[in-house]
Amino acid sequence: MATAQETAEKAESDDIRTRWLLSAPALLIIFFAAIGPLFIVLVYSFLAPGNYGDVKWQFSTDAWMNVLFERDIFDDTLSFAKANLSIFTRSISLSLLTTILTLIFGFPTAYFIATRPEGRREIWLFLITIPFWTNLLIRTFAMMEVLRNEGLINSLLRFLGLTTAPIQFMYTDFAVLVGMTYVYLPLMVLPLYASMEKIDFRLVEAGYDLYASRMQVLRRIIVPLVKPGIIAGSILVFIPSLGAYVTPRVMGGGTNLMIGNLIELQFGQGRNWPLGASLSITLMAIVMVTLMFYVRNASKTGAGHG
Amino acid sequence: MPDKPDRNAIEVIGVSKIFGTGEARVAALDNVSVPIRENEFFTLLGPSGCGKTTLLRLIAGFDFPTDGQILLYGNDIAPLPPFKRPVNTVFQNYALFPHMTVAENIGFGLQMLGKPKAEIEARVSQMLKLVKMEALAKRRTSQISGGQQQRVALARALAPQPKVLLLDEPLSALDYKLRKEMQIELKRLQNETGITFIFVTHDQEEALTMSDRIAVMSAGKILQVGTPWDIYDKPAERFVADFIGETNFLTAKIDNVANGKAKATLKSGKTIPATVAEGFTPKGEATIVVRPEHAKAVKGPGELSGTVENIVYFGTDTHILVRLDDGDLFTVRQQNSRSASCGFEEGERIGVSISDDAAQVLKD
Ligand SMILES: Nc1ncnc2c1ncn2[C@@H]1O[C@H](COP(=O)(O)OP(=O)(O)OP(=O)(O)O)[C@@H](O)[C@H]1O
Ligand SMILES: [Mg+2]
Repeated sequence: MATAQETAEKAESDDIRTRWLLSAPALLIIFFAAIGPLFIVLVYSFLAPGNYGDVKWQFSTDAWMNVLFERDIFDDTLSFAKANLSIFTRSISLSLLTTILTLIFGFPTAYFIATRPEGRREIWLFLITIPFWTNLLIRTFAMMEVLRNEGLINSLLRFLGLTTAPIQFMYTDFAVLVGMTYVYLPLMVLPLYASMEKIDFRLVEAGYDLYASRMQVLRRIIVPLVKPGIIAGSILVFIPSLGAYVTPRVMGGGTNLMIGNLIELQFGQGRNWPLGASLSITLMAIVMVTLMFYVRNASKTGAGHG
Repeated sequence: MPDKPDRNAIEVIGVSKIFGTGEARVAALDNVSVPIRENEFFTLLGPSGCGKTTLLRLIAGFDFPTDGQILLYGNDIAPLPPFKRPVNTVFQNYALFPHMTVAENIGFGLQMLGKPKAEIEARVSQMLKLVKMEALAKRRTSQISGGQQQRVALARALAPQPKVLLLDEPLSALDYKLRKEMQIELKRLQNETGITFIFVTHDQEEALTMSDRIAVMSAGKILQVGTPWDIYDKPAERFVADFIGETNFLTAKIDNVANGKAKATLKSGKTIPATVAEGFTPKGEATIVVRPEHAKAVKGPGELSGTVENIVYFGTDTHILVRLDDGDLFTVRQQNSRSASCGFEEGERIGVSISDDAAQVLKD
C-alpha cells in the first residue's frame, strides 16, 4: 500500500512542521531568557576585570585561573586557592546534608498527608505551602530568632537550667544547615507527596498479605514507588541549596560562605566580574555533573530490581 | 490428600463489621457465622455491596471485626497482623507490584518469608509453569494483558503455599471466553494444590459451576449455605431463589408437612407435592418456587393454565411466557430441537404441568 504509506509520511512531516511552529514562542523565550544571558556570562568569564567593577574588553584567562589557583603576590608562584576550594566543598557538603535532612523530615510528612482522608489532604498541603507566602529573608530571620544566643532555644535551655551560658548556634555551619533545611523542606515535601498520592495503597496491603513486615513494605514497595518523587525533591532542594545566598549570609554570618556568597562578593566588593562569571559557570558545571550522576544512578538502581 | 476432610480451615463466628457512626453507620457484616472446610472451594455469592469483600478483608487481616471471632484451624487469628497469617489474597484489581517483573512478583512472598534463593527460584519457575507464564517471566507487570495479570496474581498468591487462598472476584475483569478458561484453570489449581479457596463472585453461574459450597449473602448477612445443587434446587428464601437463576413464584396453601415434604394447593385448586427446608413448618399460605425448566407447557390441561403471551428463542432453549388465569406470569423453559419449532403460538391457551418434586416452599 504505497499510497497509504505516502499519506502517513506526509502527515508526519506536516505534524513535525506544525510542532516546530507551535513551540517557536517557547523556544524564543528559552533563547533570550536562558541561553542568551548564559552566553554573556561565559564571554565575561574570559575578559579582564575593570577598575570599578564591569569588564575590560580584552581576552584573559586570569579569572579561570583564579577559580582554582591563587598567585602569590611576592614570588608569583601558583598554589591551590584553598579558600575557594573549601567554600566549594562546604557548599557541596552542606547542600547534600540539606537534601538528606529534608528527605528525612519530608518523607514522613508527605506520607502522613498522603494517608489522610481525601478531603483533609488539601488543608495539610496548604499548611505546608504557607511559608512560601513570606519573604525568604524574613523566614530566615525568624529562624535566626530561634537559634541566636538570646533566642528561643537558648532561653528555653537556660530556663530549664540545662545550660548556664548560651550555646553558640548562630554563624556556624550547623545554623546554615538548619536554616536551609527549614527553607527548602516544602520543596521536598511537595514532589514526595505528588508521587505518594499516586500510590495504590492496595499494593501496600498486597505487601502485607505476602508476609512483608512494615519495614519491608516501606523499603520494597513504598520507596521504589515514590522514587520519582525522591529524585525530583532531591533535585529541587539540592540545586537551590548549592546556590543559596540569603540563608548562609544570615545564618552563617560573614565567615561561613557558600558559593553564592563568593560569587556575590566578586560582583560587589571584589569588583572582579570575570571571576564572578567563571565561578557561576563552575557552579553550574557542578550542578550538571551532580545531576547527571544522580539521575543515571537513580535509574540504574531503580525500581524493578530485587 | 485430604486426610480429615471435615476439618474446618476457617470458622467465622458471630462476626459483625460496622463502618462509620451515626448517620453514616453501615453494618457491612451483621452477625455472620460460617464454617469453611479444609480443601474446600467455598464461594461467597451476593450482589454488590453485600459485604463479600469486607469478609475477605477480615480474614486476611486488613480490617478487624467490630464483633465476633475468626478461627484458623481452631485458633483465633485476631492477634495476628496480615503478614503473619498463612492466608494469601488474589485482589479484585490484582494489585501486582508495578516496579517488579512477573517473576519477582511471584517470588516476593517467599522472599519475605526468608526462603533460600534456590528454593525461591525453583518455586517461582514451578508457579510460572502452573499458570503458563514461563515466556513472560521477565516482563514488567504493566506490560502484560489483563488475563495474564490475573494469572500472575494467582501465582503470586499461591507461591508461598498458604493454608487458605482468598479470591476477590478475580475473574470479573475478563471477557467471557477467557473467564471460562480461567474458571477451569482455577478449579484445576485448587484440585492440584489442595488449598482451601474462598472465592468471591457476584456471578451466580460462576458460583454454581465452580463451588463445593456456596454462601449466598445479602445486606451483610449470610442467607443460605449449601452445595450448588442445594442452593439452586432448594432455596430457603425468596432472595436466594430470585438471585440465582430464573424462578417462578406461586402462592399456595401448604398442609400435610412431614419429612421435608408437603402438599401445596395451588390457586387453580390442583395440588402438587413440594419440598420444605429442614426444620421449617410452614402454615397456611406460603410462596413456592418452580424453576422454568421443571415445568412443561402442554396442549391439554395441566396443574396451571393460561395464555401464551410471548415466546423467546435462546439458542439452546426457548422460554414460553404464560399469563396464568389468575394474572401472574409464569415462565416455562423448553429445550430446543433442530427440526421442530417449540410447538406453541402466542395467544394460544395452554396448560402448564409441573413435575413432581419441582416445587420448593420458601420461608417467607
Ligand atoms: N472502609 C469503609 N468505610 C465505610 N463503608 C464501607 C467501607 N468498606 C465497605 N463499606 C461498606 O460496606 C458495605 C459492604 O462493602 P463490600 O466492599 O464488602 O461489598 P462487596 O460485597 O464486596 O461489593 P462488590 O461486589 O461491589 O465488591 C458497602 O455498603 C460499603 O459501602
Ligand atoms: Mg467487593
